[in-house]
Amino acid sequence: MTGVVIAGVGMHPFGRFEGVTTTDMGVHAVRAALHEAGVARGGFQAAFCGTAYGGVATGHKVLSRLGMTGMPIVDVEAGCASGGAALMLAAGALAAGQYDTVLVFGTEKMPRGIIRSSFFDPWQEEAGLAATPSFFALRAQRLAVTSGVTKDHLAQVVVKNRRHGASNPDAMFQKEITPEEVLASRVICEPLHLFMLCSPNEGAAAVVLRRQADSPGSPPPRSPPHVTLAAAVLRSHLPGSVLSESTPMSGLTDDAVPSPTTLAATAAFEEAGLGPADLDVVECQDTDAARELISYEEIGLCAPGGSAALLASGDTALGGRLPVNPSGGLLSKGEPLGASALGQVVELVRQLRGQCGDRQVDGARVALSHTVGRGANAGVVILTR
Amino acid sequence: MRTMVQPGLFTDGEVPTLLGSRCTACGAHHFPRHDTCPYCATEDPVPVELAGSGTLWAWTAVTSPPPGYQGEIPYGFGIVELPEGIRIIARLTESDPAALAAGQPMELRIVALHADAEGNDVVTYAFAPGAP
Ligand SMILES: [Zn+2]
Repeated sequence: MTGVVIAGVGMHPFGRFEGVTTTDMGVHAVRAALHEAGVARGGFQAAFCGTAYGGVATGHKVLSRLGMTGMPIVDVEAGCASGGAALMLAAGALAAGQYDTVLVFGTEKMPRGIIRSSFFDPWQEEAGLAATPSFFALRAQRLAVTSGVTKDHLAQVVVKNRRHGASNPDAMFQKEITPEEVLASRVICEPLHLFMLCSPNEGAAAVVLRRQADSPGSPPPRSPPHVTLAAAVLRSHLPGSVLSESTPMSGLTDDAVPSPTTLAATAAFEEAGLGPADLDVVECQDTDAARELISYEEIGLCAPGGSAALLASGDTALGGRLPVNPSGGLLSKGEPLGASALGQVVELVRQLRGQCGDRQVDGARVALSHTVGRGANAGVVILTR
Repeated sequence: MRTMVQPGLFTDGEVPTLLGSRCTACGAHHFPRHDTCPYCATEDPVPVELAGSGTLWAWTAVTSPPPGYQGEIPYGFGIVELPEGIRIIARLTESDPAALAAGQPMELRIVALHADAEGNDVVTYAFAPGAP
Protein backbone atom coordinates (compact mmCIF):
# COMPACT_ATOMS: atom_id res chain seq x y z
CA MET A 1 0.00 0.00 0.00
CA THR A 2 1.25 3.45 -0.86
CA GLY A 3 -0.53 5.35 1.93
CA VAL A 4 -1.93 7.73 -0.67
CA VAL A 5 -5.58 8.65 -1.30
CA ILE A 6 -7.28 10.23 -4.30
CA ALA A 7 -8.49 13.66 -3.20
CA GLY A 8 -10.04 14.71 -6.52
CA VAL A 9 -10.28 13.90 -10.22
CA GLY A 10 -11.13 15.90 -13.33
CA MET A 11 -11.28 15.36 -17.05
CA HIS A 12 -11.54 17.08 -20.41
CA PRO A 13 -13.47 14.77 -22.78
CA PHE A 14 -11.45 12.76 -25.32
CA GLY A 15 -12.15 13.57 -28.99
CA ARG A 16 -11.22 16.15 -31.62
CA PHE A 17 -11.60 19.78 -30.57
CA GLU A 18 -10.85 22.37 -33.24
CA GLY A 19 -9.32 25.54 -31.82
CA VAL A 20 -8.81 24.10 -28.33
CA THR A 21 -5.13 23.89 -27.34
CA THR A 22 -3.23 21.30 -25.30
CA THR A 23 -3.00 23.96 -22.57
CA ASP A 24 -6.76 24.70 -22.68
CA MET A 25 -7.60 21.05 -22.14
CA GLY A 26 -5.07 20.70 -19.32
CA VAL A 27 -6.49 23.77 -17.58
CA HIS A 28 -10.01 22.34 -17.82
CA ALA A 29 -9.06 18.98 -16.27
CA VAL A 30 -6.78 20.42 -13.57
CA ARG A 31 -9.35 23.02 -12.51
CA ALA A 32 -11.99 20.29 -12.12
CA ALA A 33 -9.71 18.02 -10.08
CA LEU A 34 -8.52 20.81 -7.77
CA HIS A 35 -12.11 21.95 -7.26
CA GLU A 36 -13.23 18.45 -6.34
CA ALA A 37 -10.30 18.08 -3.93
CA GLY A 38 -10.97 21.46 -2.36
CA VAL A 39 -7.39 22.45 -3.17
CA ALA A 40 -6.61 26.05 -4.06
CA ARG A 41 -3.47 27.98 -5.00
CA GLY A 42 -0.67 26.93 -2.64
CA GLY A 43 -2.48 23.72 -1.73
CA PHE A 44 -0.14 21.33 -3.54
CA GLN A 45 3.65 21.15 -3.39
CA ALA A 46 4.53 19.49 -6.71
CA ALA A 47 2.99 18.70 -10.10
CA PHE A 48 3.73 15.93 -12.59
CA CYS A 49 2.42 16.24 -16.16
CA GLY A 50 2.26 13.36 -18.64
CA THR A 51 2.51 14.25 -22.32
CA ALA A 52 4.19 12.77 -25.41
CA TYR A 53 3.42 15.31 -28.15
CA GLY A 54 2.80 18.41 -25.97
CA GLY A 55 6.31 19.81 -26.38
CA VAL A 56 8.52 21.80 -24.03
CA ALA A 57 7.10 22.72 -20.60
CA THR A 58 3.55 21.52 -21.24
CA GLY A 59 2.82 21.33 -17.52
CA HIS A 60 4.21 24.79 -16.84
CA LYS A 61 1.95 26.31 -19.51
CA VAL A 62 -1.13 24.79 -17.88
CA LEU A 63 -0.24 25.87 -14.34
CA SER A 64 0.89 29.35 -15.48
CA ARG A 65 -2.60 29.87 -16.89
CA LEU A 66 -4.05 28.91 -13.49
CA GLY A 67 -1.73 31.23 -11.57
CA MET A 68 -0.25 28.29 -9.70
CA THR A 69 3.52 28.05 -10.15
CA GLY A 70 6.65 28.09 -8.03
CA MET A 71 6.51 24.44 -6.99
CA PRO A 72 8.42 21.77 -8.98
CA ILE A 73 6.57 20.97 -12.22
CA VAL A 74 7.89 17.86 -13.96
CA ASP A 75 6.90 16.83 -17.48
CA VAL A 76 6.93 13.06 -17.94
CA GLU A 77 7.10 11.21 -21.26
CA ALA A 78 6.55 7.45 -21.23
CA GLY A 79 4.52 6.95 -24.42
CA CYS A 80 1.07 5.46 -23.78
CA ALA A 81 2.01 5.07 -20.10
CA SER A 82 3.03 8.72 -19.55
CA GLY A 83 0.20 9.37 -17.09
CA GLY A 84 0.97 6.14 -15.23
CA ALA A 85 4.61 7.19 -14.96
CA ALA A 86 3.59 10.61 -13.60
CA LEU A 87 1.32 8.91 -11.06
CA MET A 88 4.11 6.57 -9.93
CA LEU A 89 6.50 9.49 -9.37
CA ALA A 90 3.89 11.45 -7.44
CA ALA A 91 2.89 8.49 -5.25
CA GLY A 92 6.53 7.73 -4.50
CA ALA A 93 7.23 11.31 -3.45
CA LEU A 94 4.16 11.33 -1.18
CA ALA A 95 5.03 7.96 0.36
CA ALA A 96 8.56 9.21 1.05
CA GLY A 97 7.12 12.16 2.95
CA GLN A 98 8.50 14.72 0.49
CA TYR A 99 5.06 16.34 -0.02
CA ASP A 100 1.56 16.00 1.43
CA THR A 101 -0.49 16.92 -1.68
CA VAL A 102 0.54 16.49 -5.33
CA LEU A 103 -1.20 17.27 -8.62
CA VAL A 104 -0.88 14.75 -11.47
CA PHE A 105 -2.28 15.46 -14.91
CA GLY A 106 -1.89 14.55 -18.56
CA THR A 107 -2.85 16.50 -21.66
CA GLU A 108 -2.42 15.75 -25.34
CA LYS A 109 -3.34 16.78 -28.86
CA MET A 110 -2.25 14.02 -31.25
CA PRO A 111 -1.47 14.57 -34.93
CA ARG A 112 -4.03 13.01 -37.28
CA GLY A 113 -3.44 9.74 -39.17
CA ILE A 114 -0.95 6.94 -38.41
CA ILE A 115 1.07 8.13 -35.41
CA ARG A 116 4.50 9.44 -36.39
CA SER A 117 6.90 8.59 -33.60
CA SER A 118 10.34 10.15 -33.14
CA PHE A 119 11.21 6.76 -31.67
CA PHE A 120 12.05 5.45 -35.15
CA ASP A 121 15.17 6.38 -37.13
CA PRO A 122 14.54 8.08 -40.50
CA TRP A 123 15.81 5.01 -42.40
CA GLN A 124 13.28 2.78 -40.61
CA GLU A 125 10.50 5.08 -41.82
CA GLU A 126 11.97 5.10 -45.34
CA ALA A 127 12.12 1.29 -45.38
CA GLY A 128 8.47 0.99 -44.27
CA LEU A 129 9.44 -0.50 -40.90
CA ALA A 130 7.74 2.22 -38.81
CA ALA A 131 4.10 1.36 -39.49
CA THR A 132 2.70 1.16 -35.95
CA PRO A 133 -0.49 -0.81 -36.82
CA SER A 134 1.59 -3.51 -38.53
CA PHE A 135 3.21 -4.40 -35.20
CA PHE A 136 -0.28 -4.63 -33.65
CA ALA A 137 -1.29 -6.92 -36.53
CA LEU A 138 1.65 -9.27 -35.99
CA ARG A 139 0.73 -9.56 -32.29
CA ALA A 140 -2.89 -10.25 -33.24
CA GLN A 141 -1.81 -12.97 -35.66
CA ARG A 142 0.35 -14.66 -33.02
CA LEU A 143 -2.59 -14.45 -30.57
CA ALA A 144 -4.63 -16.41 -33.09
CA VAL A 145 -1.97 -19.15 -32.93
CA THR A 146 -1.45 -19.19 -29.14
CA SER A 147 -5.01 -18.50 -27.97
CA GLY A 148 -7.36 -19.37 -30.82
CA VAL A 149 -8.46 -15.74 -31.23
CA THR A 150 -10.44 -15.24 -34.44
CA LYS A 151 -11.57 -12.12 -36.30
CA ASP A 152 -14.99 -12.66 -34.73
CA HIS A 153 -13.43 -12.41 -31.27
CA LEU A 154 -11.66 -9.20 -32.30
CA ALA A 155 -14.96 -7.76 -33.55
CA GLN A 156 -16.64 -8.75 -30.27
CA VAL A 157 -14.08 -6.75 -28.27
CA VAL A 158 -14.99 -3.67 -30.32
CA VAL A 159 -18.73 -4.32 -29.95
CA LYS A 160 -18.38 -4.72 -26.17
CA ASN A 161 -16.31 -1.58 -25.64
CA ARG A 162 -18.42 0.56 -27.95
CA ARG A 163 -21.52 -0.60 -26.08
CA HIS A 164 -19.86 0.51 -22.82
CA GLY A 165 -18.75 3.80 -24.38
CA ALA A 166 -22.27 4.63 -25.50
CA SER A 167 -23.03 5.82 -21.96
CA ASN A 168 -19.76 7.69 -21.39
CA PRO A 169 -20.15 11.44 -22.07
CA ASP A 170 -16.34 11.80 -22.14
CA ALA A 171 -15.90 9.27 -25.00
CA MET A 172 -15.22 10.21 -28.64
CA PHE A 173 -17.59 7.53 -29.97
CA GLN A 174 -20.86 7.24 -28.03
CA LYS A 175 -22.63 4.99 -30.49
CA GLU A 176 -22.91 1.20 -30.47
CA ILE A 177 -21.58 -0.82 -33.40
CA THR A 178 -22.40 -4.28 -34.77
CA PRO A 179 -19.89 -7.07 -35.49
CA GLU A 180 -20.90 -6.85 -39.16
CA GLU A 181 -20.00 -3.14 -39.26
CA VAL A 182 -16.61 -3.85 -37.66
CA LEU A 183 -15.80 -6.61 -40.15
CA ALA A 184 -17.02 -4.51 -43.08
CA SER A 185 -14.59 -1.68 -42.27
CA ARG A 186 -11.48 -1.74 -44.43
CA VAL A 187 -8.47 -3.90 -43.58
CA ILE A 188 -5.60 -1.73 -42.30
CA CYS A 189 -3.16 -4.57 -41.59
CA GLU A 190 -4.55 -8.10 -41.79
CA PRO A 191 -6.20 -9.26 -39.47
CA LEU A 192 -6.97 -5.77 -38.12
CA HIS A 193 -9.80 -3.73 -39.66
CA LEU A 194 -10.15 0.04 -39.22
CA PHE A 195 -12.74 -0.17 -36.44
CA MET A 196 -10.53 -2.57 -34.46
CA LEU A 197 -7.98 0.24 -34.00
CA CYS A 198 -8.37 3.16 -31.61
CA SER A 199 -8.17 6.73 -32.90
CA PRO A 200 -5.29 8.90 -31.74
CA ASN A 201 -7.00 12.09 -30.50
CA GLU A 202 -7.07 14.85 -27.88
CA GLY A 203 -7.99 15.18 -24.23
CA ALA A 204 -6.81 15.69 -20.66
CA ALA A 205 -7.23 14.13 -17.23
CA ALA A 206 -6.11 15.14 -13.74
CA VAL A 207 -5.85 13.60 -10.29
CA VAL A 208 -5.01 15.17 -6.91
CA LEU A 209 -3.17 12.81 -4.56
CA ARG A 210 -2.84 13.27 -0.83
CA ARG A 211 -0.86 11.44 1.85
CA GLN A 212 -3.30 9.39 3.92
CA ALA A 213 -1.89 10.60 7.25
CA ASP A 214 -2.98 14.10 6.28
CA SER A 215 -6.51 13.06 5.38
CA PRO A 216 -9.37 12.98 7.82
CA GLY A 217 -10.03 9.52 9.28
CA SER A 218 -13.46 9.31 7.68
CA PRO A 219 -14.77 11.35 4.77
CA PRO A 220 -16.79 14.43 5.70
CA PRO A 221 -20.55 14.21 5.19
CA ARG A 222 -21.80 14.58 1.59
CA SER A 223 -18.45 13.61 0.10
CA PRO A 224 -17.99 10.36 -1.89
CA PRO A 225 -16.17 7.35 -0.37
CA HIS A 226 -12.39 7.60 -0.08
CA VAL A 227 -10.48 5.93 -2.86
CA THR A 228 -7.02 4.68 -1.93
CA LEU A 229 -4.09 4.27 -4.30
CA ALA A 230 -3.03 0.72 -3.48
CA ALA A 231 -0.24 0.55 -6.09
CA ALA A 232 1.22 2.61 -8.93
CA VAL A 233 3.90 0.75 -10.85
CA LEU A 234 5.85 1.39 -14.05
CA ARG A 235 8.07 -1.17 -15.77
CA SER A 236 10.07 -1.29 -19.01
CA HIS A 237 10.78 -4.26 -21.27
CA LEU A 238 13.28 -7.08 -20.96
CA PRO A 239 15.15 -7.84 -24.19
CA GLY A 240 14.37 -10.83 -26.38
CA SER A 241 10.71 -10.62 -27.37
CA VAL A 242 10.47 -9.63 -31.03
CA LEU A 243 6.88 -8.43 -30.53
CA SER A 244 7.64 -6.37 -27.42
CA GLU A 245 6.26 -2.83 -27.29
CA SER A 246 9.92 -1.79 -27.38
CA THR A 247 9.53 -2.46 -31.16
CA PRO A 248 12.99 -4.01 -31.64
CA MET A 249 14.29 -5.06 -35.07
CA SER A 250 14.90 -8.62 -33.90
CA GLY A 251 14.38 -10.94 -30.97
CA LEU A 252 15.11 -14.45 -29.78
CA THR A 253 13.23 -17.65 -30.62
CA ASP A 254 12.16 -17.68 -26.97
CA ASP A 255 8.50 -17.21 -26.07
CA ALA A 256 9.12 -17.13 -22.30
CA VAL A 257 10.38 -13.54 -21.95
CA PRO A 258 7.98 -11.83 -19.50
CA SER A 259 6.20 -8.81 -21.01
CA PRO A 260 6.48 -5.35 -19.46
CA THR A 261 2.78 -5.60 -18.60
CA THR A 262 3.33 -8.84 -16.69
CA LEU A 263 6.29 -7.31 -14.86
CA ALA A 264 4.23 -4.25 -13.88
CA ALA A 265 1.09 -6.20 -12.94
CA THR A 266 3.03 -8.68 -10.80
CA ALA A 267 4.76 -5.86 -8.94
CA ALA A 268 1.49 -3.93 -8.52
CA PHE A 269 -0.37 -6.94 -7.09
CA GLU A 270 2.51 -7.50 -4.68
CA GLU A 271 2.56 -3.85 -3.60
CA ALA A 272 -1.21 -3.87 -3.05
CA GLY A 273 -1.26 -7.27 -1.35
CA LEU A 274 -3.95 -8.32 -3.83
CA GLY A 275 -4.30 -10.65 -6.81
CA PRO A 276 -6.31 -10.87 -10.03
CA ALA A 277 -9.12 -12.72 -8.20
CA ASP A 278 -9.68 -9.65 -6.00
CA LEU A 279 -10.50 -7.32 -8.92
CA ASP A 280 -14.00 -5.98 -9.55
CA VAL A 281 -13.31 -3.74 -12.56
CA VAL A 282 -10.43 -3.19 -15.02
CA GLU A 283 -9.49 -0.52 -17.54
CA CYS A 284 -6.84 -1.94 -19.89
CA GLN A 285 -4.90 -0.90 -22.98
CA ASP A 286 -7.11 -1.58 -26.02
CA THR A 287 -5.13 0.34 -28.64
CA ASP A 288 -6.45 -2.37 -30.90
CA ALA A 289 -8.92 -5.16 -30.24
CA ALA A 290 -6.22 -7.83 -29.91
CA ARG A 291 -4.32 -5.72 -27.39
CA GLU A 292 -7.23 -5.99 -24.92
CA LEU A 293 -7.13 -9.79 -25.14
CA ILE A 294 -3.33 -9.84 -24.76
CA SER A 295 -3.80 -7.67 -21.66
CA TYR A 296 -6.19 -10.27 -20.15
CA GLU A 297 -3.41 -12.86 -20.38
CA GLU A 298 -0.51 -10.62 -19.39
CA ILE A 299 -2.27 -9.13 -16.34
CA GLY A 300 -3.43 -12.60 -15.26
CA LEU A 301 -7.20 -12.15 -15.67
CA CYS A 302 -7.06 -15.61 -17.29
CA ALA A 303 -4.43 -18.29 -17.85
CA PRO A 304 -2.12 -17.95 -20.90
CA GLY A 305 -4.15 -18.95 -23.95
CA GLY A 306 -7.46 -18.26 -22.19
CA SER A 307 -8.35 -14.80 -23.48
CA ALA A 308 -10.78 -15.84 -26.22
CA ALA A 309 -12.71 -18.02 -23.76
CA LEU A 310 -12.79 -15.25 -21.15
CA LEU A 311 -14.19 -12.79 -23.70
CA ALA A 312 -16.75 -15.31 -24.99
CA SER A 313 -17.94 -16.05 -21.43
CA GLY A 314 -19.27 -12.50 -21.17
CA ASP A 315 -17.44 -12.02 -17.87
CA THR A 316 -15.62 -8.91 -19.14
CA ALA A 317 -18.77 -7.12 -20.35
CA LEU A 318 -20.79 -4.80 -18.10
CA GLY A 319 -23.01 -7.03 -15.97
CA GLY A 320 -20.38 -9.79 -16.05
CA ARG A 321 -18.07 -11.01 -13.28
CA LEU A 322 -15.18 -8.65 -14.12
CA PRO A 323 -16.11 -5.82 -16.49
CA VAL A 324 -13.14 -4.63 -18.58
CA ASN A 325 -13.14 -1.12 -20.03
CA PRO A 326 -16.52 0.06 -18.70
CA SER A 327 -15.54 3.55 -19.94
CA GLY A 328 -15.63 2.16 -23.49
CA GLY A 329 -11.85 1.85 -23.53
CA LEU A 330 -9.59 3.55 -26.02
CA LEU A 331 -11.70 1.99 -28.78
CA SER A 332 -14.54 4.35 -27.72
CA LYS A 333 -12.62 7.19 -26.12
CA GLY A 334 -9.70 7.43 -28.55
CA GLU A 335 -6.13 7.72 -27.34
CA PRO A 336 -4.49 10.99 -26.31
CA LEU A 337 -1.16 9.40 -25.24
CA GLY A 338 -0.25 11.61 -22.25
CA ALA A 339 -3.82 11.64 -20.90
CA SER A 340 -4.99 8.08 -21.55
CA ALA A 341 -3.62 6.42 -18.41
CA LEU A 342 -5.05 9.12 -16.12
CA GLY A 343 -8.33 8.96 -18.04
CA GLN A 344 -8.54 5.33 -16.92
CA VAL A 345 -7.79 6.34 -13.34
CA VAL A 346 -10.52 9.01 -13.42
CA GLU A 347 -13.01 6.41 -14.69
CA LEU A 348 -12.04 3.89 -12.00
CA VAL A 349 -12.19 6.45 -9.18
CA ARG A 350 -15.73 7.31 -10.31
CA GLN A 351 -16.57 3.58 -10.54
CA LEU A 352 -15.37 3.02 -6.96
CA ARG A 353 -17.41 6.01 -5.80
CA GLY A 354 -20.51 4.70 -7.59
CA GLN A 355 -20.82 7.77 -9.86
CA CYS A 356 -20.95 6.07 -13.29
CA GLY A 357 -24.68 5.87 -13.97
CA ASP A 358 -25.60 3.45 -16.76
CA ARG A 359 -22.09 2.04 -16.95
CA GLN A 360 -21.66 1.58 -13.17
CA VAL A 361 -20.09 -1.70 -12.01
CA ASP A 362 -22.25 -2.39 -8.96
CA GLY A 363 -20.42 -2.57 -5.67
CA ALA A 364 -16.93 -2.24 -7.16
CA ARG A 365 -14.26 -2.06 -4.43
CA VAL A 366 -11.00 -3.02 -6.21
CA ALA A 367 -10.00 -1.63 -9.61
CA LEU A 368 -6.98 -1.97 -11.91
CA SER A 369 -5.78 0.34 -14.67
CA HIS A 370 -3.26 -0.75 -17.32
CA THR A 371 -1.44 1.06 -20.09
CA VAL A 372 1.44 -0.13 -22.25
CA GLY A 373 3.26 1.33 -25.22
CA ARG A 374 6.43 2.36 -26.92
CA GLY A 375 9.59 2.32 -24.90
CA ALA A 376 8.51 -0.16 -23.78
CA ASN A 377 6.58 1.29 -20.85
CA ALA A 378 3.85 -0.52 -18.93
CA GLY A 379 1.95 1.14 -16.11
CA VAL A 380 -0.39 -0.63 -13.69
CA VAL A 381 -2.39 1.21 -11.02
CA ILE A 382 -4.56 -0.48 -8.39
CA LEU A 383 -7.26 1.50 -6.57
CA THR A 384 -9.43 0.39 -3.63
CA ARG A 385 -12.16 1.80 -1.46
CA MET B 1 23.21 2.97 -59.17
CA ARG B 2 21.97 1.46 -55.92
CA THR B 3 22.28 3.07 -52.51
CA MET B 4 21.57 1.36 -49.20
CA VAL B 5 18.76 2.80 -47.08
CA GLN B 6 21.24 2.59 -44.20
CA PRO B 7 24.86 1.32 -44.24
CA GLY B 8 25.94 -1.51 -41.95
CA LEU B 9 22.75 -3.59 -42.04
CA PHE B 10 23.30 -5.94 -44.99
CA THR B 11 25.59 -6.85 -47.90
CA ASP B 12 24.31 -6.28 -51.42
CA GLY B 13 26.22 -8.94 -53.38
CA GLU B 14 25.07 -11.92 -55.44
CA VAL B 15 24.25 -13.75 -52.20
CA PRO B 16 23.16 -11.02 -49.78
CA THR B 17 23.51 -11.34 -46.01
CA LEU B 18 22.32 -9.56 -42.90
CA LEU B 19 25.09 -8.16 -40.71
CA GLY B 20 24.60 -9.27 -37.11
CA SER B 21 26.71 -10.02 -34.07
CA ARG B 22 27.13 -12.86 -31.57
CA CYS B 23 27.82 -12.55 -27.86
CA THR B 24 30.95 -14.43 -26.77
CA ALA B 25 29.57 -14.82 -23.23
CA CYS B 26 25.94 -15.95 -23.65
CA GLY B 27 26.01 -16.96 -27.32
CA ALA B 28 22.96 -14.90 -28.33
CA HIS B 29 22.78 -13.45 -31.83
CA HIS B 30 21.81 -9.82 -32.49
CA PHE B 31 20.55 -7.84 -35.45
CA PRO B 32 21.56 -5.16 -36.24
CA ARG B 33 25.11 -5.33 -34.88
CA HIS B 34 25.42 -4.33 -31.24
CA ASP B 35 28.48 -3.11 -29.35
CA THR B 36 27.05 -4.49 -26.09
CA CYS B 37 24.95 -7.65 -25.73
CA PRO B 38 21.39 -6.65 -24.75
CA TYR B 39 20.90 -9.99 -22.96
CA CYS B 40 23.93 -10.02 -20.65
CA ALA B 41 25.57 -6.59 -21.11
CA THR B 42 28.89 -8.17 -22.23
CA GLU B 43 30.79 -5.76 -24.49
CA ASP B 44 32.26 -6.32 -27.94
CA PRO B 45 30.14 -9.11 -29.47
CA VAL B 46 31.83 -10.61 -32.55
CA PRO B 47 30.51 -9.52 -35.97
CA VAL B 48 28.79 -12.32 -37.93
CA GLU B 49 26.89 -12.69 -41.19
CA LEU B 50 23.49 -14.24 -40.46
CA ALA B 51 21.94 -17.10 -42.45
CA GLY B 52 20.21 -15.93 -45.63
CA SER B 53 17.23 -18.23 -45.24
CA GLY B 54 14.77 -19.11 -42.53
CA THR B 55 11.09 -19.77 -41.88
CA LEU B 56 8.07 -17.48 -41.65
CA TRP B 57 6.81 -16.88 -38.08
CA ALA B 58 4.31 -14.00 -38.46
CA TRP B 59 3.15 -11.75 -41.28
CA THR B 60 0.74 -9.05 -42.43
CA ALA B 61 0.56 -6.40 -45.15
CA VAL B 62 0.71 -2.62 -44.83
CA THR B 63 -2.05 -1.01 -46.90
CA SER B 64 -1.60 2.72 -46.12
CA PRO B 65 1.72 4.57 -46.49
CA PRO B 66 3.20 5.01 -42.99
CA PRO B 67 4.94 8.30 -42.05
CA GLY B 68 8.19 8.93 -43.95
CA TYR B 69 7.61 6.11 -46.47
CA GLN B 70 7.74 6.86 -50.21
CA GLY B 71 7.57 3.37 -51.70
CA GLU B 72 4.72 1.30 -53.10
CA ILE B 73 1.78 -0.01 -51.11
CA PRO B 74 0.65 -2.54 -50.20
CA TYR B 75 3.78 -4.30 -49.01
CA GLY B 76 4.36 -7.38 -46.91
CA PHE B 77 5.69 -7.10 -43.37
CA GLY B 78 6.59 -9.96 -41.09
CA ILE B 79 8.95 -11.92 -38.89
CA VAL B 80 11.34 -14.61 -40.10
CA GLU B 81 13.12 -17.09 -37.83
CA LEU B 82 16.74 -17.81 -38.69
CA PRO B 83 18.58 -20.98 -37.62
CA GLU B 84 20.79 -18.96 -35.24
CA GLY B 85 17.79 -18.67 -32.90
CA ILE B 86 16.92 -15.12 -33.88
CA ARG B 87 13.68 -13.62 -35.22
CA ILE B 88 14.06 -10.76 -37.72
CA ILE B 89 11.44 -8.07 -38.44
CA ALA B 90 11.49 -7.34 -42.17
CA ARG B 91 9.63 -6.36 -45.28
CA LEU B 92 8.27 -9.29 -47.26
CA THR B 93 8.13 -9.31 -51.06
CA GLU B 94 4.69 -10.95 -50.89
CA SER B 95 1.97 -8.41 -50.08
CA ASP B 96 -0.99 -10.82 -50.10
CA PRO B 97 -1.24 -12.33 -46.60
CA ALA B 98 -3.37 -15.19 -47.96
CA ALA B 99 -0.45 -16.30 -50.16
CA LEU B 100 1.78 -17.00 -47.15
CA ALA B 101 1.77 -19.79 -44.56
CA ALA B 102 3.32 -20.32 -41.13
CA GLY B 103 6.68 -22.03 -41.22
CA GLN B 104 7.24 -21.69 -44.95
CA PRO B 105 10.85 -21.23 -46.17
CA MET B 106 11.93 -17.62 -46.76
CA GLU B 107 15.05 -16.23 -48.43
CA LEU B 108 16.82 -12.90 -48.03
CA ARG B 109 16.58 -10.44 -50.94
CA ILE B 110 17.73 -6.87 -51.44
CA VAL B 111 14.83 -4.86 -52.88
CA ALA B 112 14.34 -1.34 -54.23
CA LEU B 113 12.19 1.04 -52.17
CA HIS B 114 12.09 4.19 -54.34
CA ALA B 115 14.47 6.44 -56.29
CA ASP B 116 16.36 9.19 -54.46
CA ALA B 117 16.90 12.78 -55.73
CA GLU B 118 19.89 11.66 -57.88
CA GLY B 119 17.88 8.85 -59.47
CA ASN B 120 19.58 6.07 -57.48
CA ASP B 121 17.53 3.10 -56.33
CA VAL B 122 17.32 3.14 -52.52
CA VAL B 123 17.50 -0.53 -51.46
CA THR B 124 16.76 -2.45 -48.28
CA TYR B 125 16.58 -6.03 -47.01
CA ALA B 126 13.44 -8.14 -47.38
CA PHE B 127 12.42 -11.79 -47.32
CA ALA B 128 10.83 -13.64 -50.24
CA PRO B 129 9.13 -17.06 -50.30
CA GLY B 130 11.92 -19.57 -50.93
CA ALA B 131 12.30 -23.05 -52.35
CA PRO B 132 11.05 -25.75 -49.94
ZN1 LIG C 1 25.28 -11.91 -24.06
